[in-house]
Amino acid sequence: MRGAAALGFASGELKKPGGRRFKSGPGDYLLFFQNNYMLLDISEKIKEISISEFFEKNRHLLGYENPSKAFYTVVKELVDNSIDACLEARILPEIYVKVKKVDEDRIRVRVEDNGPGISPKKLPIAFGKFLVGSKFHKLKQSIGSQGIGAKGAILYSQLTTNKPAKIWSATINSKEIHYFELMIDVLKNEPLILKHEVKENKDWHGTIVELEFEGRYTSKVDEYLELIWLVNPYVKLIYEKDGEKKVYERVTNNLPQLPKEIKPHPYGIEIGILKRLILQTKSKTLIEFLTNEFSRIGKDTAKKIIRLSKIYEEIEISDKSVEEYLKEKFKENFEKIIKIAENVELNKKLNELSNEEKISLEVAIASIKNPKELKNEEIEKLFKAMQKVKIRAPPTDCLSPIDEKYLIQAIKKIFKAEAYSVVTRKPSVYRGFPFQVQAAIVYGLKEFKGDEEIQNVKILRFANHTPLLYNLYDCAITKAIMQINWNSYGISQSGNLPNEPIVIIVDFLSVWIPFKSEGKQAIAEYPEIIKEIKLALQEAARKIYRYILKKRKYELLKEKRNIFERYIPEVAKELSKVTNEKEEILLKKLKEIADKKVPELFKIEKEIKS
Amino acid sequence: MKYLEESIKKLGNEAKRIVEEIMQGKNPKFLIPVRTLSNVYFDKKTFSLRLGNKKAEREFFNLKEAKKFLQTVLVLSFAYQLLKENVHASLREAFYAMKRTLPNSNENTFDEQDESDSVIIDLEVTLDLLREQMHLNADTRGRVVGNVIIEDRGDVVDWSKLGSGGWAIPSNVEAIEFKKVDAEFILVIEKNAAWERLHEDKFWQKHNCILLTTQGQAPRGARRLIQRLNQEFNLPVYVFTDSDPYGWYIYSVIKYGSINLAHISDRLGTKDAKFIGLTMTDIDEYKLKNWTIKAKDVDIKRAMELKEYEWFKKKEWQKEIDKFLERKYKAELESLAGRGLKFVTENYLPEKIKNEDFLD
Repeated sequence: MRGAAALGFASGELKKPGGRRFKSGPGDYLLFFQNNYMLLDISEKIKEISISEFFEKNRHLLGYENPSKAFYTVVKELVDNSIDACLEARILPEIYVKVKKVDEDRIRVRVEDNGPGISPKKLPIAFGKFLVGSKFHKLKQSIGSQGIGAKGAILYSQLTTNKPAKIWSATINSKEIHYFELMIDVLKNEPLILKHEVKENKDWHGTIVELEFEGRYTSKVDEYLELIWLVNPYVKLIYEKDGEKKVYERVTNNLPQLPKEIKPHPYGIEIGILKRLILQTKSKTLIEFLTNEFSRIGKDTAKKIIRLSKIYEEIEISDKSVEEYLKEKFKENFEKIIKIAENVELNKKLNELSNEEKISLEVAIASIKNPKELKNEEIEKLFKAMQKVKIRAPPTDCLSPIDEKYLIQAIKKIFKAEAYSVVTRKPSVYRGFPFQVQAAIVYGLKEFKGDEEIQNVKILRFANHTPLLYNLYDCAITKAIMQINWNSYGISQSGNLPNEPIVIIVDFLSVWIPFKSEGKQAIAEYPEIIKEIKLALQEAARKIYRYILKKRKYELLKEKRNIFERYIPEVAKELSKVTNEKEEILLKKLKEIADKKVPELFKIEKEIKS
Repeated sequence: MKYLEESIKKLGNEAKRIVEEIMQGKNPKFLIPVRTLSNVYFDKKTFSLRLGNKKAEREFFNLKEAKKFLQTVLVLSFAYQLLKENVHASLREAFYAMKRTLPNSNENTFDEQDESDSVIIDLEVTLDLLREQMHLNADTRGRVVGNVIIEDRGDVVDWSKLGSGGWAIPSNVEAIEFKKVDAEFILVIEKNAAWERLHEDKFWQKHNCILLTTQGQAPRGARRLIQRLNQEFNLPVYVFTDSDPYGWYIYSVIKYGSINLAHISDRLGTKDAKFIGLTMTDIDEYKLKNWTIKAKDVDIKRAMELKEYEWFKKKEWQKEIDKFLERKYKAELESLAGRGLKFVTENYLPEKIKNEDFLD
């Protein structure tokens, strides 16, 4: 949660930047790209920064630190966007990725989708303007990383080749295809439209983005495309590399449920977020703010929080009645307060109130405060109280795992193996964020291409159905794998890792993925997360172990059977020499006994094959 | 040749029994008496090692026993054919005759001769049929010299006229007929070299005895020959071995039988046999200390095992073993040569025999 921590800003406010440079008041400087935010600098000096300067300075954070990583990032951003767009529009995605080496260090990438398209009005902004603003990131499970997305890819392309992005788009049922060649005016942060043509459309819809940039081929792109298909097998993916086509057909026509966006849970926020939310809220009273902006806070819980925070003021005791006092002091808000206070009798005198009634009234008065008028210390108190009050776990219907049936089908297409097991855990919560783990183990690979970093086992990590291909050893998934005693599941182990040709697949789903760094390739090691991943893997390993045990038994029986098959003719032959009993009869009889003695063989053979 | 028919019948019946089990759809099995120390006891009445009643099942359809079952059937069939054709085979020949690679595998019926030897004894015990009665002969070992004339397969052999090598004792001495036996005792010598020394010195002529070497652990033929000479001609038997646990055990096998062949102690043991030396006391008496050898760990271990055997529980033997364990050295027969080459012939043995200085 490094990023979230960075959201706090001690004083002042974030000004809506006008013009080409961002300026903000003293304190922490924040730049928000679309759904995300970047901490630029913490200093007292006023700083001006342009997007291109920012990009240049932070290339390593944004995934463009070297030509091969840049290739990977460009493809990933465009494909992630396409899948998300299709999913939201409830369209079965068909995505066509075409890459071509145009020069020694230059690659052209073209990504086409059959999504809803973007209207010509919105298109230049969507691709050519960094949205800088105060919009907080959404709490929602989505494939696309909440980074700078396709705009980053376009900017990188123009910075390295000075060529415009070529974009075609048509919305559903539109008779027109709009073609744009655009660049980003980095000084103005505005799209620069170099060309705009309108062509006739029959029945196509979708978006095509074509970029040329400085890049180098890397197998990570092939891997990324194969793996993103693996966990999103409703996608039809065509990958064409220098004229060579590879097609991943979808295994199902059923789209997964669209994950719901949820409000933050009090346990999952930091004080900075609370301050931001106060700044943004349209709620006029504190109680509305608490109940509207958070999940699982109702009226009663909100009152409990206010009471516990002690941010209410004491009433001056007199012999006025409650009604008199409130009317006099709060006028038109009188009714609101009474409604919130509930049990306080209006005609009771203030000096006759019990302590409980008095506090109840005071809390009600505090509840109608404008949240924007809260002082810093009060916000801190409120924050602490929110963490202390018992609040129900957040709803978990906001997560959308893949149907196990389809996942297995997809895995079987990629990996030919003896046994597969998939486990989908129930949703759980870490720090107020709902999350869910899906895990699969592929056992007894027929062909094995070892991982570059690890010899025998192949670890495939995913976050929200998108592969994580870097920082393997720095990730909660790998840590969890290393904490499991694989030997006890019949899988041999060397050091902390399994040492057999198996594939371990873990997909971590959450409304908020706790990435360890802006590279977004490793999940932070929260104990709750490690625990769930372990449980998922252990359950999957148990299923595999049942298979291994059966297989061992089968092999033993088979060996037994083989032994008898070898010995029976000898025994029959020798006995017939001594007794004159016919060899064939003895042979037949002995085989009958053998069949009777090893009957489980056939049963287990059947079970194993299923 | 009555035994021949009887042997054929025994083997045939066993095979029939197995076939019947197969025909009834049962798991065919042999019942084989256990031949380990746990099933061997010392019979104080007969002074011999006896086999107990423990038997082990050897089933065919049992992964651990299938191979042994097959081997037992192979031996049974092989012995049956030997008898039918009335020919003999040595244990080594039997091994090669039965050894073959099973079809579609690299598995052999037998890998080592030890395996076939062991199965042959299993069958011998199971059917109460001597190995020799199955026409399976051990490799010939052991030699003998003395004033004795015998007839063997129609040949008359005079043991006194066979030069320096003496008569090689065959594995089967059942059919030997003694024509003349002129001797007062039998001296059984563990080692060939010591036997040659005594032979060269004409000890058997001077003392009118039979000199026999077992060339290590006594083979069946030698043991049976000793027993027959003892029983049929009342000849005392003196056993002369190294002063160490292996020498003692050689003596005990001649006297009581062996653990491995406890089932035929009756036919092989000579309970009158006495241990002439070397004893621990001899080492003192004949001043052999200089020629002793330090005992090895295995010697100590073996001595401690022997000390526990019922048939070594006699006081004099316990004392002998204790002395060995205390001194931790042993002496070979040849150490007597330290006192002069002819010391054993002219001094040691005559004195020991004259004084009847034996361990029993």
